[in-house]
Parts: sequence; structure tokens; C-alpha cells
Amino acid sequence: MTLSEIVESLYCEVFTGNDQLHMRVEFGCASDLMSDVLAFSQAGALLLTGLVNNQTVQTAYIAEIKAIVFVRGKKPSREVILLAQEKKIPLFGTQYSMYEACGLLYKNGLVPTMACIPCKA
Amino acid sequence: MVSFQRWHVFHAKHKMDKAFSQSFKIQGGNIYDAGKASTGIKTILKQLGINAAVIRRVAIAAYEAEMNVVMYAKHATMTFEVTPKQINIIVEDEGPGIPDVSLAMQEGYSTATPEMREMGFGAGMGLPNIKRNSDSFKIESIVSKGIKLEIKININ
Repeated sequence: MTLSEIVESLYCEVFTGNDQLHMRVEFGCASDLMSDVLAFSQAGALLLTGLVNNQTVQTAYIAEIKAIVFVRGKKPSREVILLAQEKKIPLFGTQYSMYEACGLLYKNGLVPTMACIPCKA
Repeated sequence: MVSFQRWHVFHAKHKMDKAFSQSFKIQGGNIYDAGKASTGIKTILKQLGINAAVIRRVAIAAYEAEMNVVMYAKHATMTFEVTPKQINIIVEDEGPGIPDVSLAMQEGYSTATPEMREMGFGAGMGLPNIKRNSDSFKIESIVSKGIKLEIKININ
């Protein structure tokens, strides 16, 4: 999906990254725990999170996350937006819950990236 | 930022089998600056033209180590060194140390406060995450003095 399609699917507010909406992401991950993002995500993924501070952007930069969607109507501070601009990481916000946002993107073809723990059928 | 001169020196030294190194000071409790050392290391490694997958492993290990200093220690020095074969990160902090290192190496074990968890960390993943991204990982801890981490990541 392109970032533009993601913004449309989740009725996102664009906090920064209007010039990067043509970029494509092939997979997504979701967590409020940044250590899990560092441990289990893949480079180039979209991150959905409810954590809206500097560490979210620093983690995204470190883990090569392409863009961030803040869920549950959370809004980043000006300081967080400035850091994201410096690191060239687009920031979006949606009113959807994490569960709904993930479901919508999954339905639209965004596959998961986080390594899953094998479950017994 | 790495100047052209420094880049040039790295490559000249590279041929002579010597290393590029730089140190960062990390202040404990300074949440605002948390991540600056490791993002700085990442930027330098990009400019040195190191393989992206290797950079990601180095950056993740360095960032988790930096967050540990910010959350638990008074201050630390993070030194990173690039040799033709590997990248070494040494973090020496002054702080409470870890009484039981094997317990701290278990995923999920944590002594973090709610404030630390609000930053998205402190879930007992830090040291295991560092180890997971390292080719060699050593930890020495002296209670009430501090911790020394030695992380080595192969370039090839």
C-alpha cells in the first residue's frame, strides 16, 4: 500500500510527511512497547502505536520503520513532530482503535511483519 | 555528522587494518536526549557505507543499551569502534549495577518503574534484545558501582 492509501483507509490526519505520501509499505506492525518493535519488526514496516512520545520516533529511526500511525486519536506534541521531520518519518493519526486500524489495513492487503510465536492449531 | 576528512581517514585506516572510533556521553535520567547517542552512531555508520542490515543490528543494540543507562544509571560513556571486520560497542556506566545478571537476561524480567514503561521500555526486553542483535555479548556488573557491556557485531 502507499502511505496515501493508508491515510485514506484510516481517515488519518497527517502531522508530517505530506511530501512522502507516494512511498509504499508492504507490511505493518503494531505495539505500544518499543522494545518489541526493536525485537520483532522488519525494516521498512509501518508502525501503529498508541505511544506518542520522542521514543516512538527514535525507535522508528533505529528500526528503519517507514511511517507511524498513532491510534485512538492520540496527537504528538510539536517537539515529537519536529523530531520526526528531522528523521524524515511521516506521522499520521487516526481515531480508530489499534485493533480496528490493524484490521482495516490487514483487510486492504498490508501483511504482518512481527515474528509470531507459533500457536497450536 | 562525519566530516569528509573523517570519512577519508576511516577509509585510509581501513586499508591499514585500523579502526574508526568515537565516544558519546549518556546522562542517566535524561529522557529528552534519550536515543541521541545511538541515532548518532547510526548516522555515522550510514555515512561510512556499512551494510544496512548490519547498521540496524548495531543501532538496536546501542539504543537498548542507551535506554538502560537513561533508565537506571547515573551516567555512562558509549564508545563505538568500526574495524574492517566488526563493530564494537562498549558501554560503561556508573550506577546501581545488576545483582543477578542471569535473571536480567531473561525476557520479561524487569525492575522498571511506571515512568520507564510510559516511554515504551522497561518490559524486560533490553538485555535480551542486545544479545539477540550481537555476535558476541559480554556483561560485567558490580553492584553499587556499575555495568560494562561489550557488544561485537560482525560486518560480514
